[in-house]
Amino acid sequence: MTAVTPPTMTPPAMTPPPGLPPIVSIIDVHKSFGTFKAVDGVSLDVAPGEVVCIIGASGSGKTTLLRCINQLVQIDRGAIWVDGELAGLRIDGDKLYHLPEKEIARQRLATGMVFQRFNLFPHLTALENIIEGPVHVLGKPRREAIEEAHALLKRVGLSEKADAYPTNLSGGQQQRVAIARALAMKPKLMLFDEPTSALDPELVGEVLAVMRELAASGMTMIVVTHELGFAREVADRVVFMDHGAIVETGPASQVLGSPKEARTGAFIAAVLA
Amino acid sequence: MTTPAASHPSLPDISGHTIVAERYWGRWVAVAIITVLIAALARAFAVGQIEWAFVGQFLTAKSILEGLANTILMTIGAMTLGIVLGVVAAVMRMSPNPVLKGVAMGYAWLFRGTPVILQLLLWFNLALIFPTLGIPGLFSFRTVDVMTPAVAALLGLGINQGAYTSEVMRAGMLSVDVGQYEAAKSIGMTRLKALRRIVFPQAMRVIIPPLGNEFIGMVKLTSLASVIQYSEILHNAQNIYYANSRVIELLIVAAIWYLVVVSVLTPAQMLLERHYGRGGGVGR
Repeated sequence: MTAVTPPTMTPPAMTPPPGLPPIVSIIDVHKSFGTFKAVDGVSLDVAPGEVVCIIGASGSGKTTLLRCINQLVQIDRGAIWVDGELAGLRIDGDKLYHLPEKEIARQRLATGMVFQRFNLFPHLTALENIIEGPVHVLGKPRREAIEEAHALLKRVGLSEKADAYPTNLSGGQQQRVAIARALAMKPKLMLFDEPTSALDPELVGEVLAVMRELAASGMTMIVVTHELGFAREVADRVVFMDHGAIVETGPASQVLGSPKEARTGAFIAAVLA
Repeated sequence: MTTPAASHPSLPDISGHTIVAERYWGRWVAVAIITVLIAALARAFAVGQIEWAFVGQFLTAKSILEGLANTILMTIGAMTLGIVLGVVAAVMRMSPNPVLKGVAMGYAWLFRGTPVILQLLLWFNLALIFPTLGIPGLFSFRTVDVMTPAVAALLGLGINQGAYTSEVMRAGMLSVDVGQYEAAKSIGMTRLKALRRIVFPQAMRVIIPPLGNEFIGMVKLTSLASVIQYSEILHNAQNIYYANSRVIELLIVAAIWYLVVVSVLTPAQMLLERHYGRGGGVGR
C-alpha cells in the first residue's frame, strides 16, 4: 500500500503545525453511540515526537477519540491519518473502500496502546506478555524477542519480575509491563488511555516516571489523563475536550495556567479542588 | 509485662484450658444406617440369582474387550468431532457476520431439538433417501457401503455433541473480558489470532469443567449406538446374553467397564484444569 499525504483527500480543517508533517492527522471526526454523540467534529494534528495530553470530564469523548486513532472504534465521518496512511480505508479514484481486517491489524502496528485497566494477558507471565506480539504477530525469533523483552523490563524497572504472572504484580507493576508490551512492537506512536486512573495513589508515580522517561526519549505520545501535574510537566500541548469537541488547545502552561475558555478554567478548578 | 488474663481480672482465665473436639453424633448415626443398608444390599446381590463367576469370566472376554475398545474409540472420535464443530459454531455465533451467526444458531436449534437416538437412526438409514452419495460426475458411492454403523454413530453422536459443545465454548469466550480482545488487537492481532492465542487459553478454565461433564456423558451416550448395530460394549454384552441368557451378569460386566472408563477420566480432567489454571492466582 502506498502512502498518501492527507491534503489529497479532504482539506484539513486545521492548519498543520510547521516543520515535520504530522504523524497523526484527525480531520473532522464524528462518532456516535446510538443517539449519543461521543466525538463531534474533532480535528487535531500531532507532530512526530510531540506529547499531547487530552484532558476533560468523563464522557467528554477523549477516550473514544483515542480509540478511534487505533481503530478500536470505527469512526462515522471524517478521516484519521496515522503515519501517512488513511486509517481503515483504501482510496481508489474517488471511492473509499473499507480495508480487510488483516490490513487494519497491520495499520495498528504503528500505534501502541496502554489501557486504563492494564489488560495484561493473565495466563501469560510478564515476559510472555511482552514477547507475545513480537513472536506471534511480527514473527520475530523467540530468542531475540526474549532478549528485547528483558531490556524493556529493565527499562520499566521490573527486571526481577519477568516470570511473574499479572495477578502477582501490583497495579503499578502491571501497568509498567503493559507499557513494555506496547513498546515491544516498536510503535511510532503511543496512546495512553487514563493509564493511572485505576491505580492506588501511591503507585501512580512509578507509572508516570516511566512515561516521563518515554517522553524524554522522543516518543510521540497522546495521553488521555486526569494528571494535570504530569500534563503541565511533560506535555508539549494540552487539549481540553467537552461534549465530544475540542474546546481549547495550546501549550500546557497556557491551557492549564491561563485558560482562554471559561469551561476549561472550570474543569481545571474542579480537578484541583 | 502482665499476662493478657491478668489485665482482665473480672474475666475467668482460660489460657490453660484445652479445646474439646466436637462430637458429630449425627454423622455416626448416618454411617451406622448406611452401613446396614449397604450390607443388606450386598447380601441381596450375593444370594440373588447372579452367577458371579460369569461376571468374572466375561469381564475379560474377547468380545467385551473389543466392545470396550470401540466404546473408547467412539467416545474420543465423537467428542473430537463435537469439539471441532462446537468451536467453529461458537466462533461463527460470535462473529459480526449475520449469515454465519444465523447458520450457527440454526445448527444448535436443529440438533438440540431432536433426540440423539432419532438422529442416529436417521444417519444409519440415510440410504433410504439418498441411495448414492458423492459429487455428480466426479465420484459417487452407494450410501449403504459408506454409512456403516461406525460412521453413522460417529456422525450422529459427533454432530449432536457439537451443538451442545458450541454453547459451552460460547460461554467460555463470553467469560473473557472484552479488554483482552482489545489488548490483542492493539498489538496487531486479527480476530482469529486473538481468539486462538489470547481468548481460548483463558476460556479453557471455564470450558473444561462442563466439557469434562460432556465427555463423561459421551462415554455412556455411545451405548445408544447399539441400536444401529455399532459393536460397542453394551451391544456386544447384549449379543452374548442373547446366546447364553446371562442377562444381569453381562449388564454388570458392561456397567463395571463404564465405571472404570469414567474413573480414569475424572483425574485426567483435574490435570487439565490445573494446566489451564496458570496465572489464576491462589486457590483457583
